[in-house]
Amino acid sequence: MTIRAEREIVSQSAEDKRSISELTALSAEARQLIVRAVHRAGAGHLGGPFSATDLLISLYFDVLRIDPNQPDWPQRDRFILSKGHSSIALYAVLAMRGFFPIEELDTFDQIDSRLQGHPDMTKLPGLDMSTGSLGQGLSPGVGMALGARLRNLGFRTWVMLGDGEIQEGQVWEAAFTAARYELDNLIAILDFNGLPQFGWPQAGGFTRERPIDDPAAKFRAFGWHVVECDGHDHPSIRAAFDQAMVHSGQPTLVLAHTVKGKGVSFMEGDFNWHAKVPTDAELQQALSELNGTASRPNPEA
Amino acid sequence: MIDATTLVSTTSTGQPVAMREAWGQGLVDLAHQYFDLLVLDGDLANSTRADIFAAAYPDRFLEMGIAEQNMIGVAAGLATVGYVPWISTFAAFLAKRALDQIRVVVAQPGLNVKLCGSYSGILTSKTGKTHQAVQDLAVFRSMPGVVTIAPADAVELRGAMAAMMEMTEPVYLRLTRDPSPTIFPPDHHFQIGRAVLLRGGRDIGLIGTGVQTVRVLEAAELLRAEGVDAAVLHLPTLKPLDLGAIVQVAAQTGAIVTAEDHSVLGGLGSAVAETLAEHRPTPMRRIGWRDTYGESGPNDALLEKYGLTPGHIAAAARELLQALR
Repeated sequence: MTIRAEREIVSQSAEDKRSISELTALSAEARQLIVRAVHRAGAGHLGGPFSATDLLISLYFDVLRIDPNQPDWPQRDRFILSKGHSSIALYAVLAMRGFFPIEELDTFDQIDSRLQGHPDMTKLPGLDMSTGSLGQGLSPGVGMALGARLRNLGFRTWVMLGDGEIQEGQVWEAAFTAARYELDNLIAILDFNGLPQFGWPQAGGFTRERPIDDPAAKFRAFGWHVVECDGHDHPSIRAAFDQAMVHSGQPTLVLAHTVKGKGVSFMEGDFNWHAKVPTDAELQQALSELNGTASRPNPEA
Repeated sequence: MIDATTLVSTTSTGQPVAMREAWGQGLVDLAHQYFDLLVLDGDLANSTRADIFAAAYPDRFLEMGIAEQNMIGVAAGLATVGYVPWISTFAAFLAKRALDQIRVVVAQPGLNVKLCGSYSGILTSKTGKTHQAVQDLAVFRSMPGVVTIAPADAVELRGAMAAMMEMTEPVYLRLTRDPSPTIFPPDHHFQIGRAVLLRGGRDIGLIGTGVQTVRVLEAAELLRAEGVDAAVLHLPTLKPLDLGAIVQVAAQTGAIVTAEDHSVLGGLGSAVAETLAEHRPTPMRRIGWRDTYGESGPNDALLEKYGLTPGHIAAAARELLQALR
């Protein structure tokens, strides 16, 4: 593993926005780390982590006010990965951002590892909440945003939701409360990849097409501001995040249209890659495809 | 190993006080001292008496509506920012409806949230099966990282609340609705994890928790009139459990009856039986809720029908002593 951790401490202001090519390269690098970690662990998820990768890169390299050397900095922006099964994507980005050594990704899902299958805030610096039981992440985000207001702290709280987990009723309890308290320092991101793990029965088999659903309308009906973006296009992501950060009087949902398995041709849009481990040959092909856009060439590919 | 138990004199003539009111006033008193104390309510403040706090500290009272699962998550988020949220809802909803949330975002991360379950046990103002909470002690006792407290009266409650603010662990606090006699003197010093010997005795040991301990004391009086010398041990914390005190009273009496306003499965009776089975096997009887669902009705009728009166406790003691002859 020769990929070097990013050691930048200073958060980016609007003037320091990363270039699009830089963010695109970082995304490819993150996906390489993710697919390697899952292959090595012989377990984990790929589809969801890949649909979330570009959003996480944008947050951690371009938006969040954080300091990897002070993970408990009280003024830091908070981030909660409510779709905790995409943990490996967050771990890869945290490692690239300098929260812990890149090499530690080798321990993912192993006994005694700080990189648990689902995020454990008691083990790893940089995790603001333990998650894994779906539908639970937005509520602690409401608590953090309320706490920021009560303490008169300027930080923002970001929560990433999966589109499957918004079937959980608790998400809507939290959505109601966030709007009731007009938490404009709370931003939820919906990773709308549209592919659940198992799907819905229909005549002759199963479908993974979403049931009648309109998350944007639902969140609006619950009193949220909603902006949409292409969750794999960095300019589109950044524009949506910028809008969310300036909106006042309401919490904002960034509805990010994404593709499960994004970045690797044979994984894209295929529900089988929800939680499938690649073979050696599949790993090599994935790394090769991702190499074309990575910032640094991968010597092993 | 033992002798950790001190005899505490009880004031059997103490005036009945509703624990929920003592809780609401206790929050106000603690809030003077602890600026990070917040109260989160599930639209029940005028039942749990969190409304006493809301009137005194409106800016530190956060209404979460009828959404207990979200309320737990919000509390966890507030705890990460350094607040100490106290939850106001009914024990039945905390211990069941919001249980996964408590496990995932409070207990496992060890966040400083005080889980207060009001209207515990079966005396829940004629609300019946959905509101009676008779599994809460079993649930929280088995959840790693959650201190579990069931005070006997308002004095002990106030001591427990002060102790809870001094610790950073999550705590489950079991509260009751209706007025109940005060048995502890005003200067009683509550300690987490310490049992209290309320009465010495040679013939049999009666062990209680929560307000059921008041009925245990009454049962001991009934037995005394028959010439049976019963010790009474009160366990205000089921976790940590005072193993030494349980073993000691078993060693001194050779026969144990437990009594709780809770299921006999998993609560006080189970905790005592597990302890004695491992450390000092002792013949036992368990008084408590049997494996069934409740119903609404007047308090006296409920206690009588479901076998929780002092008479039932005394009868179990009598039967056990008879069996041992």
